[in-house]
Amino acid sequence: MAGAAVPGRLGGRLRWHTAELVERRAESATAATLVFDVDGWPGHLAGQHVDVRLTAEDGYSAQRSYSVASASGGERVELTVQRVADGEVSPYLAEEMAPGDLAELRGPVGGWFVWRTEQTEPVLLVAGGSGLVPLMSMVRTRRAAGSRVPFRLLYSVRGPADRLYAGELARADPGLDVTLLYTRTAPDGLPREPGRLTPEDLVQYGWPADFEPTCYVCGPTGFVEKAATYLVMLGHAPERVRTERFGPTGG
Amino acid sequence: MPIISRGFGGRRPSGDHELPPGQYETFDFPVLSAGPTPHVPLDEWEFTIGTETGTEYRWSWDDLMALPAETPTVDLHCVTKWSKFDTEWRGVSLDVLFEDVESAADFTLVHSYGGYSTNLPLEDLLDGKAWIAYGYGGGELPPEHGGPARLLVPHLYFWKSAKWVRGIRLGLEDEPGFWESAGYHDYGDPWREQRYQGD
Repeated sequence: MAGAAVPGRLGGRLRWHTAELVERRAESATAATLVFDVDGWPGHLAGQHVDVRLTAEDGYSAQRSYSVASASGGERVELTVQRVADGEVSPYLAEEMAPGDLAELRGPVGGWFVWRTEQTEPVLLVAGGSGLVPLMSMVRTRRAAGSRVPFRLLYSVRGPADRLYAGELARADPGLDVTLLYTRTAPDGLPREPGRLTPEDLVQYGWPADFEPTCYVCGPTGFVEKAATYLVMLGHAPERVRTERFGPTGG
Repeated sequence: MPIISRGFGGRRPSGDHELPPGQYETFDFPVLSAGPTPHVPLDEWEFTIGTETGTEYRWSWDDLMALPAETPTVDLHCVTKWSKFDTEWRGVSLDVLFEDVESAADFTLVHSYGGYSTNLPLEDLLDGKAWIAYGYGGGELPPEHGGPARLLVPHLYFWKSAKWVRGIRLGLEDEPGFWESAGYHDYGDPWREQRYQGD
């Protein structure tokens, strides 16, 4: 990331916007997508996140950051929230908040972990669990723009029941190759034994380093640490490996 | 008038520690960085302070280990909203490293192995406010947390505490670093909630 000054100052995007929940969809047993209608939302880039502020009736408030799941553009913002056991905010968002309820949103934030439709190099997306969310925004932005930039997505997930966006990712999307890497339970008939991401997975399902892809890695800390280390070991230049990490308290 | 999220209860902070606005307490140690973790062999590691006139002061790993160490216990506040109380570190106060440095500069740009950078006013690194930390929780500082050595400036948001620190350049003018160029606040005081430019 040497010399990687990122353009795009936040300017007027810093105020808190009132956001109304207009729709919620279950994505897995423990994750839900929340669709917010945000008055005056300035739009976001694929990969950026927002700050969410919730205020209780007695005035107590809590803030968290969540990646945006939807394609860039428009006044709607979709967040996919994984319920964190014992979390303060995510159980409310993932389970209790109902259409018509209000929250506040601020952002978008982050100019480094983004994919812009002007980029032409191949893209490798490496997702661990709910780290898929900002990468899904990139997949959706690519599709919405009619981009032909080749994408490969490696998605490491415990088992079929934990998959996010399963139906959408199963549909054909020309130029997007999706590989599911199950860590615990795999459906029958898959050649790969369940297990954690290996360098061989990145060789087999990713891009060769000499194609000079931009690699986006997102997931829990241990996963990102390993995946980014493997990519560098396989010859990918560190400045082309962008990472976003979250811990169990991220919710 | 705050917007109420119907049905949100939240969790009131407990204990004697005061949280800066917008923060919550965490008990693990989240990792946030923009790229892969750099791995620097200790026999190649060095730390430099460069002045506005081009003078360079250098320390090898052995030089650093030979300097008097302190063991500060401090609270950490990350711009992503977590705060962690009573973390235990071991490192060298920047007062020690700056002792013989001659400079008229007011600003610093800290740079890291891996290309990261962040800017701080010089006065925020002096008077017992900052360390080059190489120990954490009684052991070595793990690589994902910035080992072998990182800057530790606990009174500012934690992105100012550059991991894998390599050097500090003194300057007569303020120059934004990595996140500051990306829209984060130039100074980053958690108690004034200076998260982004304009806060």
